[in-house]
Amino acid sequence: MSQKIITANNLGDGLVVFLDASGGWTTEIAESRIIGTGELDEALAYAKAQHDAQIVVEPYEIDVELHPDAGIPVPLRLRERIRAAKGPTVAYGEAELAERAALPTAASASR
Amino acid sequence: MYRYDEFDHDFVQARVAQFRDQVERRVGGELTEDQFKPLRLQNGVYLQLHAYMLRIAVPYGTLNGRQMRRLADIARRYDRGYGHFTTRQNLQFNWPKLSDIPDILSELAEVEMHAIQTSGNCIRNVTADHFAGAAADEVDDPRPYAEILRQWSSLHPEFLFLPRKFKVAVTGADRDRAAIQVHDIGLQLKRDAAGRIGFAVYVGGGQGRTPMVAKKIRDFLPEEDLLSYCEAILRVYNLSGRRDNKYKARIKILVHETGAEEITRQVEEEWERIKDGVLRLPAEEVERIRAYFALPADLAPRAADPSLAASRAADPDFDAFVARNTHPHRVPGHVSVTVSLKAIGGTPGDATADQMDAVAAIAERFGHDEIRVSHEQNLILPHVAETDLRAVYDGLVAAELATANAGFITDIIACPGLDYCALANARSIPVAQRISQRFGDIARQREIGDLKIKISGCINACGHHHVGHIGILGVEKKGEEFYQISLGGSGDENAAIGEIIGRGFSTEEIVDAVETLVDTYLAHRSRPEESFLDTYRRLGQAPFKEALYGAA
Repeated sequence: MSQKIITANNLGDGLVVFLDASGGWTTEIAESRIIGTGELDEALAYAKAQHDAQIVVEPYEIDVELHPDAGIPVPLRLRERIRAAKGPTVAYGEAELAERAALPTAASASR
Repeated sequence: MYRYDEFDHDFVQARVAQFRDQVERRVGGELTEDQFKPLRLQNGVYLQLHAYMLRIAVPYGTLNGRQMRRLADIARRYDRGYGHFTTRQNLQFNWPKLSDIPDILSELAEVEMHAIQTSGNCIRNVTADHFAGAAADEVDDPRPYAEILRQWSSLHPEFLFLPRKFKVAVTGADRDRAAIQVHDIGLQLKRDAAGRIGFAVYVGGGQGRTPMVAKKIRDFLPEEDLLSYCEAILRVYNLSGRRDNKYKARIKILVHETGAEEITRQVEEEWERIKDGVLRLPAEEVERIRAYFALPADLAPRAADPSLAASRAADPDFDAFVARNTHPHRVPGHVSVTVSLKAIGGTPGDATADQMDAVAAIAERFGHDEIRVSHEQNLILPHVAETDLRAVYDGLVAAELATANAGFITDIIACPGLDYCALANARSIPVAQRISQRFGDIARQREIGDLKIKISGCINACGHHHVGHIGILGVEKKGEEFYQISLGGSGDENAAIGEIIGRGFSTEEIVDAVETLVDTYLAHRSRPEESFLDTYRRLGQAPFKEALYGAA
C-alpha cells in the first residue's frame, strides 16, 4: 500500500527537499516524514505555510512505497524517483566524459 | 560581430541591477513566488525538477571566444562544470543557486550577454542560419537583420505581454537551415529582379501540441519595411490572439482559425497605416549594423591546399571528419566546421567547461574568433582555412569534440526531458544515447546517410520531433514511459510535419523499432543516394508500418 510524503524545492538553491519529522526540510528522502493516516491535511497546511514563509517553493504530496528491506520511501512515479535521486538518470559534465571513455565502442566510435 | 553601444551597455546593466533587487527581495521574504515568477521568467530563470535553470541568450547563435570562455568560467564557478546548448541557439545552466544569478548576469553583461526575453510571453531570442555570413549558397547575411529585430524587440513596450511566446527566425539562403517555417515569423532573405534585398515572410508556423507549417503571407517585403511589417504582424496577433486558453494562444492558432488570407489582409491593412512612419529602416542604419558583421578583414581567398588531400588519404578518421563536418564557404580555400556535441552515447548539446574553453581557443587561433550555436545543438566554427583544418581537427580530437557525424543518424536533437525538465513526461536523453550507441559505427552511419532523429520528452516539442525524419515523442502511460514514432517530418525549405506511424513503444522496444525503420529504409531505397526522407516520401508509411507492426 502506498504512503505519502511531502516534497518541494528549496527557495535559495532550488534543490529538491522533503518534509522531515521535525518540521524541517531534508534533501534525503530516507529522512522524510511518512504522513500518517488522517495527517495529510495538517501536513500540507504546514508545508503551505512554509511556502508562504519563503522557505520552500510549491510543496505537494507524492505517493511512495516503503522499500521492503531498508524501509526507505521510494516514489511511485518515475518523475519523483528522478527528483529524489538528486539529479538526472544519466551522467553529466566531466563524469559523462569519463563514462563514455569507458564504453567498449568509444575508441572507434568517438571519431 | 555586433558590439554593444553605450545604450546597450546601460540597458543590460540596469536590468541586472533591477533583477538583483528582485532576487534579494525574494530571498529576503518580501516577494512571494507568485509575484516573483513572472519577474524571474523575464530574466531567463526557471525552476526545473532538480534546481533553478538559467537560459542565456546567444543572439542568432553568434558568439566569440571571450564570450565562450565566460560561459565556461560561469559553468565552473556557479554550476557543475557544464552547460547545455539548445535548439533555440541558447545556453542553459542546470544548477545555479538563485542568489548567485544576479552575479552570473553581471559577469555575462561584461561580455555583452544577457538572459533577457529568453522566457515569458514576449519576442524571444531571434535565431538564424548557423552558417550565416559564411555559407557559399547565401543570398546575404541574415544576422544584421536578426540584430535589427533584436534591438526592435528588446523591451518593446507593446509586445512584453503577448498572448504567448513569439519566435522569429531568419535565413539568408534558399536552403533553410534555420527551420523558419516552424516559427511564429520566418523570414527568408532574397533579392528581387533589380537586385534589391527583401524578405519572403512566413507566419504561423510552430511545433508544440498543435504543429503547423507556416503560411507565406508575402513573397517579397522590401528591406526598409522589415520592422513595420513585423510590427503589423505582432499588433494583429496581440489584439486577436487568444488569451483564454494557453494551448490556443500562439499565432499559429490565430492564423489557422482566422485563415491566412484574412490574417494577411489585416496585417497589410495595419502595415499600410504605419509603413511610412518611424519604423522605416534608414539605409545608413542598415549599413551601420551590417558593418559589424563584415567578413574578417584578413579572411582572403586562398589557393586549394594540396597537402589536405594527402592528409585525408593518410588518416581515414580525419577524412571522415572533413567529408561530414565541413560546409562550403563563400571565400575560396575556407570551410565552416561543425563541432559535434553529439559524441556517441553522450547527451546531445552538452559541453563541459573545458570543452567550451577548447572551442574558444581553437576559434581564436584558427577561426577568426567566431563561434556559432546551431539549432541542431552543435557548435560551428564558421571561418576556417583549409590549411588549418588538420590543426582544428587535432584540437577537437583532444577535447573529445571531433565526432564525424554532422547530419548522420547519431546527430540527434533531444530536449532535456524528464531528466531535468519539470514539464516532461518521459526521458529523452537516455533514448538518444542508446540510439547513438546502436548506430555508433561510423561505416554504418555513412551507409545510412542523412537522417535526422529528433526526440521530445513531452508534447511541447522542444526536441523538434514533429520535424524529425524520424520523430520520437515520449509520453507517460500508466506510469511507464512510452515513445510514439512519427515519420517524414522536415524543418528545411520543404518543411513538413511528421505523421504518427502507430502505437508507441516501451523504453525497451524503442531502439529496436528505430533500427527496424532504418533497415526497412535500406531495403527499400531505390539507390544509395536516395535519403531516408526521400524514400519515405516516395513509398509512404506502408512498408515502415508493416515492418514495425506486421501485415494488417
